[in-house]
Amino acid sequence: MLFLLLSGAWLLLSGHWSAMLLGLGLVSVIAVVLLCVRLNILDSEGLPLKQVPGLVGYLPWLIGQIVSASLDVTRRILNPHLPISPTILHVDATQHSAVGRVSYANSITLTPGTISLDVADHQIEVHALTEDAAQELAQGEMARRVCTLEGKSC
Amino acid sequence: MSAALDFASALLLAVGALFTLAGGIGLLRLPDVFTRLHGAGITDTLGAGAILLGLALAAGWSLLLGKLLALLAILALLNPSASHALARAAIHGIRRPWLGEPEN
Repeated sequence: MLFLLLSGAWLLLSGHWSAMLLGLGLVSVIAVVLLCVRLNILDSEGLPLKQVPGLVGYLPWLIGQIVSASLDVTRRILNPHLPISPTILHVDATQHSAVGRVSYANSITLTPGTISLDVADHQIEVHALTEDAAQELAQGEMARRVCTLEGKSC
Repeated sequence: MSAALDFASALLLAVGALFTLAGGIGLLRLPDVFTRLHGAGITDTLGAGAILLGLALAAGWSLLLGKLLALLAILALLNPSASHALARAAIHGIRRPWLGEPEN
């Protein structure tokens, strides 16, 4: 699987079809796959393919969230009164796998207005630009959707 | 068809430029490192995203399109990692988040 991904990446980035360049690509791909096997990092964490089907449902929702949150933060920045109320809060990360928790923390950071500061075992410390953004996150909609993405309920 | 594509591409580029500008203004106006990260967040999610999508529409069906989409995916993975690294470094350093009223 990694072999296919790396070969695709080489073809995409090079765009040349001469025998010599394809050969070089093949050698590089085989070398990388061998190194990864030797390093023992070809597990569900190094190559989280199980999440890919769930992304189809999750990504559009996340993009929608990013757009609406961006609009909100932009409005506040351009407002002469600068109506912000920075808040720190802790949210539970109930996802079972480390990949799930990382997905959740990254989703929080990717959405403008909230940044994950620190990830403990099953809690994420979040800095929010406004009280509203903090409350919306605390309601746990995003956490539930990341659970669905993970393929388990929690 | 081509005119519509050109128009959509130009629109996306303009929207991206606007959000990038808003992020820059936020960077100047917001009070501390954490709130400024929020401002920068607009720039590299919606700003860069809209600009890359606009460029992808302009590129048409070619290898360039694939490269732009790959760039978009890489950016979506890289940006939260970098923001989180900055925020974590700041909170573990001496910085206390600004939570109170304006100083003056």
